[in-house]
Amino acid sequence: MTVAASRCVEGNDVCFVGIGLPSAACNLARRTHAPRITLIYESGTIGAKPTVLPLSIGDGELCATALTTVSVPEFFRYWLQSGRITVGFLGAAQIDRFANLNTTVVGEYKSPTVRLPGAGGAPEMAALCQRIFIVMPQSRRAFVERLDFLTTRGHGEGGDDRRRLGITTAGPVKVITDVCVMEPDPGTRELTVTSMHPGVTRDQVKAATGWPIRFVADVSETAAPSDEELAVLRHLRLETENAHKAKEPA
Amino acid sequence: MSVFCTLQEAVGEALRDGDTVAMEGFTHLIPFAAGHEVIRQGRRNLTLVRMTPDLIYDQLIGAGCAARLVFSWGGNPGVGSLHRLRDAVEHDWPQPLVLEEYSHAALANAFDAGAARLPFAAFRGSPGDLARVNPNYRTIVCPFTGETLTAVPAMRADVAIIHAQRADRAGNVMIEGIVGVQKEAVLGAARSIVTVEEVVDTFAGISPNACVLPHWAIGAIAVVPGGAFPSYAYGYYQRDNAFYIAWDTISRNRDSFRAWIDEHVMRSNPEAFARRATRVA
Repeated sequence: MTVAASRCVEGNDVCFVGIGLPSAACNLARRTHAPRITLIYESGTIGAKPTVLPLSIGDGELCATALTTVSVPEFFRYWLQSGRITVGFLGAAQIDRFANLNTTVVGEYKSPTVRLPGAGGAPEMAALCQRIFIVMPQSRRAFVERLDFLTTRGHGEGGDDRRRLGITTAGPVKVITDVCVMEPDPGTRELTVTSMHPGVTRDQVKAATGWPIRFVADVSETAAPSDEELAVLRHLRLETENAHKAKEPA
Repeated sequence: MSVFCTLQEAVGEALRDGDTVAMEGFTHLIPFAAGHEVIRQGRRNLTLVRMTPDLIYDQLIGAGCAARLVFSWGGNPGVGSLHRLRDAVEHDWPQPLVLEEYSHAALANAFDAGAARLPFAAFRGSPGDLARVNPNYRTIVCPFTGETLTAVPAMRADVAIIHAQRADRAGNVMIEGIVGVQKEAVLGAARSIVTVEEVVDTFAGISPNACVLPHWAIGAIAVVPGGAFPSYAYGYYQRDNAFYIAWDTISRNRDSFRAWIDEHVMRSNPEAFARRATRVA
């Protein structure tokens, strides 16, 4: 999943990076096929080149290795809102067939079963980054018929929903899961399986999706991770683990 | 005009029950020592404002200081949930907590407008269901282009509390590293408290573009070395990631949480922070 996500960024992409899998994917890309990409974390660190994966979006490591660090209002106003960021990665607790996301609550808003962290930077990222990649493990609990809460608009109600709202960016262009890759249908914008990971069956994908999932006519097989990609990713994770374990709890 | 005083005096003087208080610091320079002082002084019914309520607000909420939370992302960064926040929202423990939530862009813009003393902020974006649960989300049409923008009211707290690296003897304050919305929080607030790592004679030799809050824009300054621990102070000490991970276990259970607060907050003092934070060589 991380390797497939890392292959989405290329050339001189300017990437808005969130913690966890997106951060691992972007740092893997920077160390393999895409050395010229720029990583920006929402703490305002522009051009960060962390040697280990940060635990939070505001780790000192990011600031120390960044080209420059700007305030959070400047980051959201000048850099994200202006459309200068080409790629954003998002994840969520729930996603629907039009790649709308829920990171707010499971259950009713006023009396939730699970209170999730909330919106963070996601709603404006999805509206203002040139393209969005969504990375999350696939299950019926997460890939749902109907979101409990629409935190972040992907393709809304489908079709030309974004254009009608005056949003000019592409929005979610790929959803990468642990079993497959989905892309929005060019007309309806409904997520459709375009590629399955090696060894995965259609039944497995269907069983992990809460709506009747569709497949394109010529579903391809996702290229397996290369030895280099795996080696770089394992090294990065090991270094990160060592760095974060360096201190004992107070 | 900034005044040097103890943290006890600063909090006692500036913060009243029922106030709206913004303790800011975007992962970096989080004013933990000041937050603990607020818990020790037993402030109640506060409206807590913070883009990223992490451990510090989990502690204040669990300790019963808060009636309302204004925020844009509430989690333990890189670790998981804030269990005290979730317990308050899901089970009203130790008391109900009213949420007023935004996205980061919305709240950052609101702080920016607060610092400028404008009534509201306008920006591009599509708030989704947030606009359904937060009536402060409105729209405004640009009088020049006709574009519809999202609008939220300016954020101006009664009290802003931040931690910074240095003050000079005149009471000016300098912040280095990730600066978040601290400057905006202080400039928008009616009163402010700044805790600092140390006092230096002058800021001579710093970059002319450094982030400095002039003494006439600040309320109280208290010297509290280590006051941002377990978050970090760039150039002084590192973030204690292991503690953030340990908090997941401590805070998961009401009894272990109360025991931790009792030992590390109620029976402690601001001076303890200097011992907790290991200075970077």
